[in-house]
Formats: sequence, structure tokens, C-alpha cells
Amino acid sequence: MANAIAPQKNMTFGEGGLSLALIGLAILSIVIAAKAYTPEYAFHAYLFTAASIAAVFAIINRYFERPAGKAPLINADGRPNYNMAPVKFATIAAVFWGIAGFAVGLYIALELAFPALNLAQWINFGRLRPLHTSAVIFAFGGNVLIATSFYVVQRTCRARLAGDLAPWFVVLGYNFFILIAGTGYLLGITQSKEYAEPEWYSDLWLTIVWVTYFLVFLGTVMRRTEPHIYVANWFYLAFIVTIAVLHLGNNPAVPVSIFSSKSYIVWSGVQDAMVQWWYGHNAVGFFLTAGFLAIMYYFIPKRADRPVYSYRLSIIHFWALIFLYIWAGPHHLHYTALPDWAQTLGMTFSIMLWMPSWGGMINGIMTLSGAWDKLRTDPVLRMMVVSVAFYGMSTFEGPMMSVKIVNSLSHYTDWTIGHVHSGALGWVAYISFGAIYCLVPWLWNRRLYSLKLVNWHFWISTIGIVLYITAMWVSGILQGLMWRAYTSLGFLEYSFVETVEAMHPFYVIRALGGFLFLCGALIMVFNLWKTVNSEAVAGEADLQLQPAE
Amino acid sequence: MDPTYQAVAEFAQRWGLIYFVAIFAMVLAYALWPSRQKQFDEAARIPLQED
Repeated sequence: MANAIAPQKNMTFGEGGLSLALIGLAILSIVIAAKAYTPEYAFHAYLFTAASIAAVFAIINRYFERPAGKAPLINADGRPNYNMAPVKFATIAAVFWGIAGFAVGLYIALELAFPALNLAQWINFGRLRPLHTSAVIFAFGGNVLIATSFYVVQRTCRARLAGDLAPWFVVLGYNFFILIAGTGYLLGITQSKEYAEPEWYSDLWLTIVWVTYFLVFLGTVMRRTEPHIYVANWFYLAFIVTIAVLHLGNNPAVPVSIFSSKSYIVWSGVQDAMVQWWYGHNAVGFFLTAGFLAIMYYFIPKRADRPVYSYRLSIIHFWALIFLYIWAGPHHLHYTALPDWAQTLGMTFSIMLWMPSWGGMINGIMTLSGAWDKLRTDPVLRMMVVSVAFYGMSTFEGPMMSVKIVNSLSHYTDWTIGHVHSGALGWVAYISFGAIYCLVPWLWNRRLYSLKLVNWHFWISTIGIVLYITAMWVSGILQGLMWRAYTSLGFLEYSFVETVEAMHPFYVIRALGGFLFLCGALIMVFNLWKTVNSEAVAGEADLQLQPAE
Repeated sequence: MDPTYQAVAEFAQRWGLIYFVAIFAMVLAYALWPSRQKQFDEAARIPLQED
């Protein structure tokens, strides 16, 4: 009978409050733009203004289009009314940024091989390099993590995503942060902290977005109808919480003025270095590892249609990983002003990390026990399993390189870059591709256009990765040995430029590897495009049967 | 050496070690306790259940 009277339509507190806050931000940004010290900073202030106003219009439009009364139902037809639209957006953003990041990576690889390509200040190596790293780690990887975490937390908790506007704020706000960070690098705005280059105002914006992300995720876990919190959610939660702590710990800075993009970090000297690498290594540990392990723990069992090999091992894996990773940072500062005991501590914890890393790898790969044949027939699953193998390989290599005596050869050489890319391309990108190949058909309710093309993607980019990392191994060890070669009289055998010259062939091979990797990713884009735009709705045959229990 | 530093360092090193080892032992006990086998077997199947 309540339906007989049309309910009065009111703005929710969230809609009204967020609109007001964004209008305030738009006005503040206009003032800053007008009084900014540099045109680059004014440009960013105008971007903030434009984005805030666009967001207010979007909220008002949404208000007029939605039905009156309460927010969308949490449950519909006795099933959770999943909120997948933000997941779709983040998935598309991930693919877009992935291609951009890989392409910039290829270009800077070519710049190293052929320095004449440093054509202008905006696209010289120094500015494009952070653009590449941030685009692949935070833009591609970050959107994959947001998309998969919002998907997995809903499905494994059997609950609708918490919040009405909040999930959209997280997805759009995060991508706006990427836009500010990326354009800032090209314009020369940077605080020169590796993997934390964005200046103070971008950092503040990211803090707001990230806290909202945390609340949305936690809110969804709290409204779960499944009593147990599945292990993937533990990894996602550790990733979100730790990144928040790292971001706040590494970035406290005092801006010169609210009208200037320039700021000074509060840490100084070796403490700054230590805080930076505590942040830097845990960005690897919790962004590129814990978050993507969550993907492994959901998508590999799902795709293989097998429960995870050992759930007990997954619990021990989780706690051992987060207990140990947080201490490994000092291995980035071997033979520096950092106290010796701290260096040794970092090295020791890095070596201990072998155990959880390999425990996790075994757990992921052994999930296929009894279903090994799927490796032959399903290239998506093969991609994910190979990614876990790469995870095992690079987490073997990393602790080895953290040993001080090995580090004395490897540090500052291309070996480090090779190591990073075996982890980034082999592990992070492959598990992401696998997850995207699963997610897109699920989200759009389509059948994947072509498994054959997935196969082509897999082999082309695998050859690319192998070329990349082998070139960097040879180049790095060659470089390290040339730097430490002495003549019989005790002089350095090679001048620095001779070592640079010796790198050239390997830089060309590396660029070729990157080109192949980019080609593979472009095949994926074509495949996903055809999938989404095809008429082939996922049919009965695609529904997985429930095994008898 | 500053006595405050010494005291803080000793406290952190001794009790930090004990704290971490104790917590990790509790994690191991939780994960490996035999009677939880069934609960974990069910938990492992969460992603495979369609709704």
C-alpha cells in the first residue's frame, strides 16, 4: 500500500554532501589556479576545477534519473544485487592504461638504445620513466586491483558493494589521481621519490580516495552473508591497509605555499632514504604481491574449477608474508650511509621471504592437481599458472640479489631492471591478463571471442619477456663486472662511457622484447573488443556445473 | 650511547621478538588445528559456488 503514494524524491545525504564538497573544491581550485606560481600548477588546478564540476553534474543527473526512495536494493530475487558497473569501468581503465604504460616503456627503452629520441624536455627519459613506472604499476596494476577486489569481495562475501556513490568515487577519483600524476611528470612536477613522485596535492587527493576505498571494501566485508572471509579478501585488505600506511609514512611534506606545487619532505638524510625504501619495497610487497596474490587465490581456483590446493597453507602464507615483507626495505640501501645492522636486517628478512613466497607459489600451482590437462586446453589458465611460475622465479632472484655480496655486483646495474621486469611482466601483468580474460566475459555476459588469440598473446609476450630479462641479465652482469675491473696498476680498466657503449646491443634486444610484449597486449585489446561487441551471450554450455559434494 | 636509546632498543628487540614469535605461533595453531579441517575445506570452495 506504500506504493500507492509516489514517495517524495529527496537527495541522499551522500549525494548532497559530496556535491557540496566538490563545489567547495572547485571554488578552491579556481582561486589556486588564479594565484598559482607556475602555469603547470595552474593547469592542474584547472583540471581539479573541471573534474569537480563534471562530478557534480554527474551526481545531479544520476539523481534525476534514479527512481525515488531508497538507494538500490541490497538483494534482488533472493540473490545479492551485485554492483558491477564500477568494476567494468576499472577493467576498461586498466586495459587503456596498460597499453599506454607498455607503449611508453617501449619508447624509453628505445631512448636508451638510441638517445637521439630524447626529442624534447617533455618526453625525455627523465620525465617519461616515472610516467612508465606509474602507468604500469599504479594505473594498470591499480585499476586491475580495484576492479578485481570489488568483484571478488562481492562474490565471495555474497553481498552488494557497500556505499552508493562511494565505489564510483573510488574508481573515478583514483583515475583522476593517475591523470594528475601522469601529466605532472610530463610537465616536470615531481618530488623525486621513486614510485612516489606525485607532489603534495596529488598525495592528499589520493589519501581521500584510498580511505574511501578502504571503507567500501571493509563495509562490503562487514555486510557479508558468507560467514567465512575468503583468503583472497585477506590479501586485498592487507594490500589496502598497508598501502595507506606506506603512503602516509613516506609522503609527509610541507608545501612552499598552497599556490605552489613544490614541497619539502619532512624526513632528511639517511632517514629519508630508509623511509623511502621502506615504502618502495613494500609497494612491491603489498601492491605488486599481496594484491595480485589475492587475484591468484580467486581466479586460478575459479578458472580451474578446483578449490585452492591447501587452504591452511594459504593462511600461513598470508601471515608469514605480511610479517616478513615489511622489514625487507633496507636491502635497497646496501653499502650506503644506512647503519650496517639495518642493512643486514633487511637482507636477512629478504632471505626469509623465500619461504612464504614459495609456499604461495606451490599453493597456486598445485591448485591444478587433478586438472593439469587444462594447461593444454585453456590458454587463460596457462597464462595465470605461468605468472605464478614467474612469481616463484623472481622471488627466488630477489632474495639472492639482496645478499650483500651479490648486491655489490648487481646494484645500480641493469640486472635490477631485469629482475623487476620478470616480476612485473611475468607475474603481475600475466596474472592481470588472466584475470581480465576471465572478468570481461563474466561482466559483460559474453563468450570470450577467441581462445586462439589468447594463445597468440601468450606466446608472443612470453618470447618478449624472455628476450627482455635475458638481455638485462647479460647487460647487468657485464656492466657490474666492467665497473669493478682493475688493471695490474690498480686503475679502473674501463671508463664509464665504455660500459655504456657495451650496453647498446642489449638495449636493442630489450626494446624488441618490449615491442613483442606490447604486441601481445594489443592482441588482447582486439580480443576483448570483439568479446564485448559480439552477440554471443554466454550460453548454457559455459555455466560451470556444481560438483557433487 | 644514549641510555634512552639503549633502553628502547633493548625493549623493542626482546619484546618485539617474543611478540612476533608468539603471534605467529598462534597463527600456526589456528591454521593447523586438526578439528578445523572441515571448516577450511568449505572455505576453499567459496569461489566455486555459484549464486
